[in-house]
Amino acid sequence: MPRMVLSGNYAQSYAAKLARVHVIAAYPITPQTAIVEKLGEFVASGELSAQFIKVESEHSALQACISAAALGARTYTATSSQGLLLMHELLHWASGARAPVVMGVVNRAVAPPWSIFTDHTDTVAQRDTGWIQFYAESNQEVLDTTLMAFRLAEHPDVLLPAMVTEDAFYLSHTVEPVDVPTQDEVDEFLPRRDVRGLIRPGAGVRLGSFTMPDLYEEFRHKIARAMERSAEVFFEIEDDYHRLTGRHHGGPLPTYRVDDADAVLMTMGTATTTARSVVDALRTRGNRVGLAKLRAFRPFPVKEVRQLAATADRIGVLDRSFTFGAAGAAFTEVAAALYPETHRPALKNFVAGLGGRDLTPKVLEGMFKALLKGGGPEVDWPDLKRRAEVVRHG
Amino acid sequence: MSPHGHDAHKATAYITEQDLPERPLATVPSDVIKTASWRTFLPVIHLEACTKCYVCWKFCPDVAIGIDEAGWPVVRLDYCKGCGICAEECKPRAIDMVKE
Amino acid sequence: MARLTIPAEEYMRSGHSACPGCAATLVMRYVLKGLGPNAIVTLPACCWTVIGTPFPTTALNVPILDCAFEATGASVSGLRAAADALGLADVIVVGFAGDGGTADIGLQALSGMLERGTDALYVMYDNEAYMNTGVQRSGATPLGAWTTTTPVDATSRGKGEGKKDVMAIVAAHRPAYAATVNVAFPEDFLKRVEKTKTIRGPKFLHAFSPCPPGWRYPPEKTIAIGRLATDTNSFPLYEIEGGKYRITRKLGRARPVAEYLKAQGRFSHLTDAEIAAIQSEVDGRWARLLALETLG
Repeated sequence: MPRMVLSGNYAQSYAAKLARVHVIAAYPITPQTAIVEKLGEFVASGELSAQFIKVESEHSALQACISAAALGARTYTATSSQGLLLMHELLHWASGARAPVVMGVVNRAVAPPWSIFTDHTDTVAQRDTGWIQFYAESNQEVLDTTLMAFRLAEHPDVLLPAMVTEDAFYLSHTVEPVDVPTQDEVDEFLPRRDVRGLIRPGAGVRLGSFTMPDLYEEFRHKIARAMERSAEVFFEIEDDYHRLTGRHHGGPLPTYRVDDADAVLMTMGTATTTARSVVDALRTRGNRVGLAKLRAFRPFPVKEVRQLAATADRIGVLDRSFTFGAAGAAFTEVAAALYPETHRPALKNFVAGLGGRDLTPKVLEGMFKALLKGGGPEVDWPDLKRRAEVVRHG
Repeated sequence: MSPHGHDAHKATAYITEQDLPERPLATVPSDVIKTASWRTFLPVIHLEACTKCYVCWKFCPDVAIGIDEAGWPVVRLDYCKGCGICAEECKPRAIDMVKE
Repeated sequence: MARLTIPAEEYMRSGHSACPGCAATLVMRYVLKGLGPNAIVTLPACCWTVIGTPFPTTALNVPILDCAFEATGASVSGLRAAADALGLADVIVVGFAGDGGTADIGLQALSGMLERGTDALYVMYDNEAYMNTGVQRSGATPLGAWTTTTPVDATSRGKGEGKKDVMAIVAAHRPAYAATVNVAFPEDFLKRVEKTKTIRGPKFLHAFSPCPPGWRYPPEKTIAIGRLATDTNSFPLYEIEGGKYRITRKLGRARPVAEYLKAQGRFSHLTDAEIAAIQSEVDGRWARLLALETLG
């Protein structure tokens, strides 16, 4: 297995190439552009035999992918922030049409004011759309999860679109060593797509009809059931990938040093790496703390969250986004998952790192300390510039 | 059968979620829906005046005029909505719209 | 054996939900007669979404893929790309959309499809308003027409703006082929459709589609009104091939546009002066078309 030095963006490109996608349709947006530029190079050189549609917007990009998928093509697109928001109508369309599109999303803050830096608002805001959602911590994970996403999305028990997300600049533009499977290895793992049962020429069929109230709800329930099944299917796929590559990223909620932890912080994306080193540092100073990485946001890992909560007394959920008028989305879903449990840990929401604000070891350590101390607000924005600091430094 | 096709699905076996396809893929030909009940007037073709120009067949929006083995235009009574285009366009005036 | 002037084979079924006298069904019927069984139709929100019958039935013998309202052009490009990638060489991709879904909300996606040179046919059936939602004005609604959003009252005389020249917008993209077609002239209509099968690249048909409830005339008059539109030069029949204009139907002397306007309730409020202004606009447009034809 060759080892390359790849950015998160190029990890997406290589995964799509190895997956032998048939159709790519994408529109540039910072910080995603390198993904599709690299794919454009692969297509131009003939390394990847695919149709690359240079669409005129993200909304058109996803429509083109959905229609191509309906005819039986394996499709890929990528976007970020405003582009993802523009695509929103089609995200619903993809799941409703049961189109197994795979999309790479670079997590970036939304405007106004403009920001190109990392923030999970764009992808978290899509949690209602029926897409499988992964949050990657490393470029290796980006590549591996994208390859797995194709197989998961196309699995006959699933047939749902899937997005693999990576933090802007921390992953998209930062190079890391990545083991890249060979084409033969990927061909064995990801067979050619089964195109039976889709739109075929000459058939009097229609995908997407006008449907009356007596039949519509059942189709929505089918999506719900498929999403449930996808969790089980993902376990099988990850085991298979492990056999192929020796790598396993730990399922939907990998944990670190939680077994005897007094306090656990739950993170998504690259903050996890920093948090892991903070856990180690705090442990050497006698604090019993642990970390849980929320890797799969959809389907939400209810079972794994309940397992974690069985032994943890205090859980802090770090959201790199906020649902105005409520609380952080991950925090809310953890609370909902734990509501029926007899043992419920103390739960705190940390909202931080928005608009690319760096989640430093100091800020994360502060979160662990707040958890260990107990009390304080249920929803805390710990890295805001507060009045006292301004006065002190102003 | 509802003229608006609301209960078109009753012509098929779809009763429960399990009967439905996984994707919203429609496969039943629409001619299970008989739109005859839409009409107030019915075209009557007077074959003795008909010149077999097939303008009526050509302009029917509902494909409700067929052509029989002898080449005569025939109104498909299950579907004709009584729009009257055939009668209007028939040059020899061989078609009358008659109240049903 | 019946001597038919257009192909006999039907690809549209009876039982569809169109209003009596609807021309949009004839547009689809003629397009598919010309294209044959290898067509795959993609259509956005429009009358045909409902005409094509509710789940689980479908009104066509060829596949229909519904797409988002704004995105017909993108859906067309996606289907063509998939067909090419999968080696389905015989597939003819057809985008089929109303005037709203083409010239207003769908204009960007159409522009993209044309500019990218997608090898496909795009048919705009033009009933000159957002008919599916109940007759609201579109960019393609003509000057003076009543619609629910351009009513006739003390301060409003129907639509105050002219009709978007969609063929000019399409022509600016240098398509492989573009033509106007009219359900009142089926033989000409089929000739244009069959021509598109011989040409590679993006092809556009602007199909005139009279609408009884929206234009307020009795349903049996659909063909007659279609005929009047062309015979008054209000909807000329012409094609653009490789940039060259050719008018395909010229009467020795056009009929006065008043005949066309007075046949429709949506124009019943027009004064003689307003009709004269419309006549002037039609004459000017026809003169420009004649001039374009000479450019060669």
